[in-house]
Amino acid sequence: MTVAVDRPTDSALTAPAQPPAKASRQRPRTGRTGKNGAAYVFLTPWLIGAALLTVGPMIASLYLSFTDYDLFSAPEFIGIANYQRMVDDPRFWSAVGVTLNYVLVAAPLKLLAALAIALLLNKARRGQGFYRSAFYAPSLLGASVAVALVWRTLFANDGVVDNGLSTVGIDGGGWISNPKLSLYVLVILAIWQFGAPMVIFLAGLKQIPQDLYDASAVDGAGRLRTFWSVTVPMLSPVIFFNLVLEVINAFQAFTASYIISGGRGGPIDSTLFFTLYLYDRAFTAFDMGYASAMAWVLLVAIGIVTALIFRSSRAWVFYSGEEK
Amino acid sequence: MATIIERRPPRAAQRAKTGRSRVASIVWHVFCLALLALLLYPVAWLLGSSFKPGTEILTNMNVLPDAFTFDNYATVFEGVGGLSFWTMLGNSLLISTLAVVGNVFSCTLAAYAFARLRFRMRAPFFAFMLVTIMLPMHVVLIPQFIIFQQLGMIGTFLPLVLPKFLATEAFFVFLIVQFIKGIPRELDEAATIDGAGPYRTFGYVIFPLLTPALITTTIFSFIWSWDDFFSQLIYLNNPDTYTLQLGLRLFVDQTSASSFGPMFAMSVLAILPVVIFFAVFQRYLVDGVATSGLKG
Repeated sequence: MTVAVDRPTDSALTAPAQPPAKASRQRPRTGRTGKNGAAYVFLTPWLIGAALLTVGPMIASLYLSFTDYDLFSAPEFIGIANYQRMVDDPRFWSAVGVTLNYVLVAAPLKLLAALAIALLLNKARRGQGFYRSAFYAPSLLGASVAVALVWRTLFANDGVVDNGLSTVGIDGGGWISNPKLSLYVLVILAIWQFGAPMVIFLAGLKQIPQDLYDASAVDGAGRLRTFWSVTVPMLSPVIFFNLVLEVINAFQAFTASYIISGGRGGPIDSTLFFTLYLYDRAFTAFDMGYASAMAWVLLVAIGIVTALIFRSSRAWVFYSGEEK
Repeated sequence: MATIIERRPPRAAQRAKTGRSRVASIVWHVFCLALLALLLYPVAWLLGSSFKPGTEILTNMNVLPDAFTFDNYATVFEGVGGLSFWTMLGNSLLISTLAVVGNVFSCTLAAYAFARLRFRMRAPFFAFMLVTIMLPMHVVLIPQFIIFQQLGMIGTFLPLVLPKFLATEAFFVFLIVQFIKGIPRELDEAATIDGAGPYRTFGYVIFPLLTPALITTTIFSFIWSWDDFFSQLIYLNNPDTYTLQLGLRLFVDQTSASSFGPMFAMSVLAILPVVIFFAVFQRYLVDGVATSGLKG
């Protein structure tokens, strides 16, 4: 409250000297008393949350990852033993394999589907708004336990998919109980929810100036050439954004694998997602130290993959002149 | 300006006139509708199957039942696994409603500070807030669980609701910050000239203008909290506090045909609020995703 006193003089002296454009962007500091104080009043809930539910717990979980802790007796410091245990834990490696497999397959396929449908809908015809909403709908429903149960039933032994495939001569049995196929049930469920990235792609497509397409047509470029030389580079920031978002989300998938495998990640750990194994360690085995270590491995893994995508973006993401 | 105006009419006229493009348009619509039918089949099948006798559900791939029955719903309304359906519905509604109130309250306040007020730690705090959007909740999960356990809150709704009042869903803070930045500063300045401080500027100028952003926040807070299976699984270990999602989980271990009917009926009821929200607010939902990159 006292801090604000010396500010008005400062801005009163400098503001007239600034060019008008700059002055309108950079607000002169007006002498509103208690602004600094008011800011912290508005921020109070967020500050409490950030301190007690984010920063504090992060530090605590990092510490716990170096301990043996079962929630009932005091944590015992054991150094890097939890991390060493991971190396020899076959279920840990199954979980890593399943999750990486899922991220590498589900995220790109989901984005491809999203882009394809966005391009389809972008040919502005009547009813675009309707289609946009309708194609988006699964994105909203897909996170629910209900839809996971539907998938579980559709892909069960003698279920709709099994029966359907039998009629065309493929008698493979239920996908859910087949360790080679069970993960793909979850992949299909992920692709089914392409609506959210599709809507973002559509918004991005609308931002591409028509001039570029006109110029491309004048130059005699065909459809494919226009797509690769105009649409893809102009859309690359949006592709990048969607990719980061989907990869981060895919790493944390949980509900569907829990429901479809009955919480066990089976058959033979084929749907044991990293988060599912983490949940299992923490809340059925009460191996909180190990689970904390796993959480940090997840954080670092997501950090590395995101950093790699950011790194690679220099090579393929194109920002047109006026933006950035 | 001139080029934009010139460009539109001839194209529209061309399209209307040529017969070839009418055919193309029909082909396009047929293709879109076929895709849509394929995409929405699982949901339609869920709805149809909820009216089938349990023995028919697994194998009948038709959406419409061979034998129509309301029994599944009757069974669900009588209770599932010894739990009252209405209690679970009430619990889900209560948690989601409180989550909405909490997010609107705390995220709006924080967003106003970030978007409009100047304070020393603004840049580092804002950067930190952005980072927490991307932070996997698993790194804070176990210590949070311990905190709530120490406070004796396990088995109550508080661990699910309290964090929302502390703006932990940073995404909404970001969403509202972006929205406030779009409100002309002149309005704030006019209020300042009239003698309003930051509190009254917020209460009388900014907050009333936030309606679109708050609708988006409300919808997504409600739906995400409704579907937040993981947190409910961890914190709600008392059957009296079970939500619809946790009630549905009870069906996972039952694979007999007799359980399919109630399972599907309850599934329909569990996604119904989401569907209603979608039907009523679809514009806001889809535009919210388009402008802010919300995950669905």
